[in-house]
Amino acid sequence: MTVLDGPNRELQKASGHRATFFSYLHEWVATSDHKKLGIMYVTSGLLFFLIGGLEASMMRWQLAWSGLEVVGPEEFNRLFTMHGTTMVFLVGMPILLGVANYLVPLMIGARDLAFPRLNAFGFWLFLFGGLLLYFSYFGAQGLYGMGSSPDVGWFAYAPLTERTFTRGHSTDYWILGIGISGFGSIATGINLITTIMTMRCPGMSLMKMPLFVWLMFIDAILIMIAMPPLTAAQVMLLFDRWLGAQFFDTGNGGSAVLWQNLFWFFGHPEVYILILPAFAYVSEIIPVFSRKVIFGYPLMVAATIAIGFISLGVWVHHMFALGLSPMVNAIFMGSTMLIAVPTGIKMFNWIATLYGGKLRFQTPMLFSMGFLTQFLLGGLTGIMLAVVPFDWQVSDSYFVVGHFHYVLFGGLVFSIFAAIYYWLPKVSGRMLSETIGKWHFWLLFIGFNLTFGPMHVSGMLGMPRRIYTYHPDRGWELWNLLSSIGVLFQIAGILFFAYNVINSVLRGKKAGDDPWDAWTLEWTTTSPPPEYNFSEIPTVHSRRPLWDQKHPEDPDWKYE
Amino acid sequence: MSQASANAMPAAVSTDPPVAKRRNLNRGKVGMACLICSEITFFGTLLATYLYYIGRDISGPFPHEVLDISVAPMKVVFNSIFLLTSSIWIVLAVKALRKGNIKMFGFWWLLTILFGVEFLVGTGMEWYGLIAEDGLTIRTNLFGSGFYTVVGFHAGHVCCGLILLTIVFVLTACGFMHKRHAHKVDMLSWYWHFVDGIWIAVFTIVYIIGYV
Repeated sequence: MTVLDGPNRELQKASGHRATFFSYLHEWVATSDHKKLGIMYVTSGLLFFLIGGLEASMMRWQLAWSGLEVVGPEEFNRLFTMHGTTMVFLVGMPILLGVANYLVPLMIGARDLAFPRLNAFGFWLFLFGGLLLYFSYFGAQGLYGMGSSPDVGWFAYAPLTERTFTRGHSTDYWILGIGISGFGSIATGINLITTIMTMRCPGMSLMKMPLFVWLMFIDAILIMIAMPPLTAAQVMLLFDRWLGAQFFDTGNGGSAVLWQNLFWFFGHPEVYILILPAFAYVSEIIPVFSRKVIFGYPLMVAATIAIGFISLGVWVHHMFALGLSPMVNAIFMGSTMLIAVPTGIKMFNWIATLYGGKLRFQTPMLFSMGFLTQFLLGGLTGIMLAVVPFDWQVSDSYFVVGHFHYVLFGGLVFSIFAAIYYWLPKVSGRMLSETIGKWHFWLLFIGFNLTFGPMHVSGMLGMPRRIYTYHPDRGWELWNLLSSIGVLFQIAGILFFAYNVINSVLRGKKAGDDPWDAWTLEWTTTSPPPEYNFSEIPTVHSRRPLWDQKHPEDPDWKYE
Repeated sequence: MSQASANAMPAAVSTDPPVAKRRNLNRGKVGMACLICSEITFFGTLLATYLYYIGRDISGPFPHEVLDISVAPMKVVFNSIFLLTSSIWIVLAVKALRKGNIKMFGFWWLLTILFGVEFLVGTGMEWYGLIAEDGLTIRTNLFGSGFYTVVGFHAGHVCCGLILLTIVFVLTACGFMHKRHAHKVDMLSWYWHFVDGIWIAVFTIVYIIGYV
């Protein structure tokens, strides 16, 4: 495992001592190196992904046919709460922060983030926040005996979360676990902004940054702006539960609508916080595997900034069914439609990058294609849902579940796999198997569409989300059965992936510094990169410094 | 087109390719500005909630019955003047440090701390009056919930600031402070200005707009 060779290891080797388990543990626990923290972020994110996936599989098993009793109604509530919370806060966030942690300094030619110790602090906050949430399975009833996890849904609507309606400590674990990991995210977001603003290598002006860095920059700004309101709302909820405040206590004049507003003011930017990194990954991968420079770089940057801005003003579309005034609904319908424009610009730019390129369909590219098609479908159903009357028809139905899984699973998770296949050779120094990678892709692609495609139909047929079972006379069985069968394919795909990663890290083919013939700075250093990243801080002249180096007769800077 | 040495780092491209100009942003300043931004959205949420609940209480005590906005000593207007002027002293302190005048720095710095402490003590006395005499607690009504949360979080931030200021003062008293630390101390003054600025927003919303 070359990836684990730190300076301590080398020292120990030189002095003839073998690394003990504790020296090894110390090296990782006490590290403030952005690469080690990045690896820990992504690894813990993937472990939580397995847990969240297991919870989803339990739910699909329960719903496979009408009238099953695999889990009871209370357990079902806990499953969908923990599934949603885990996937958003403990899978999406750490993986996107981890990948950014690892790659941003490498891409801008820096040796670490701006505040390395704050970075380590952010990671440990995230991890212990996540563990605290899962500790609720053991401790949420306190001294009453058996524990239980939160069961109020991932957006935890008031007044259900008030003490009157949710006894025990499970909701408190939800508040504290998410709050603590949220603090970690804010810290790391601020760290990324500062790094990108102050530590770019000579020559790298803002408009010469790789698109990845641009997207993570806007992403970090969104984290900085959108996470604190959630913390504030959670603090008010905690005061309600523990100090007897009345913010969301509808019996005393408190407002349940206010919680929805505050939560979604965080919650909708959060969706873009999760999807911008997906854009970041494919914006790097598609050009390299099309052998073309990205189409319309300035427009991509402008679209990113536009998405960042507009995403702060669309949150009410989660609340169309609430009965707000027609004027408010119309305004937010308009802004939601508006955000499809910059997103569409990005879509067309990726397609234009593909157009006329010398396409190489290796695994990272396959997953990027999966992202393009599935994210497009998710985006289109999103536009449908932006139309208020249509939303009234299908709000809180499986149509919505299908929609956001196409965006977040078909979009984000597929692009995360693309990123892992693309950058793991840099991280571990070893290639992943193409054959197993293709198995992984096709199984997951079939399984994903088989699971979430039929949900649109069952939603149209009126199946509400979050029900634990249903009557046999509704005509929902077939669609649910298809959804559940899809899960088997997905599990098989994930098993292939797990085997592929473990096998590659242990005995994969050596990758070399630049296995994909790519163009950005991370490929100029060794795989894995040394602790100091670059022996000499590079100077760049264009958006593709490595191209300039490989083709001195035809450098990019002459055209930019 | 040139005599490039392709084995070096990207700088190897020949014939003087353009190197974009470097702007030196200070990472402490950017980091502190970001922290302040996120703090502003935090307080913004609390204040938006407070605004939303103004005038929605069914039972008292109401703000106009219990909040004392006269200019009497140790009341809120008086305390606010102390907090806001402390911002001037911290500016003078940093200025003195930039010039290397450690004694004057220590003097203005101590004055900042004392004015901050006055504000905290004043807030404490106001709360004592509200709780003990007027019977307003966080569980009384929406006004109580909002008031103690907003003012309490602000006071918490003042506390944080005072602890940091005191650490710097102790270091100064022990003779560790030097001219070269000016820009780090300046970051602390940014935080202190932020705490003051937020108080202007809190005061406007709680004591003026919410005075119904």
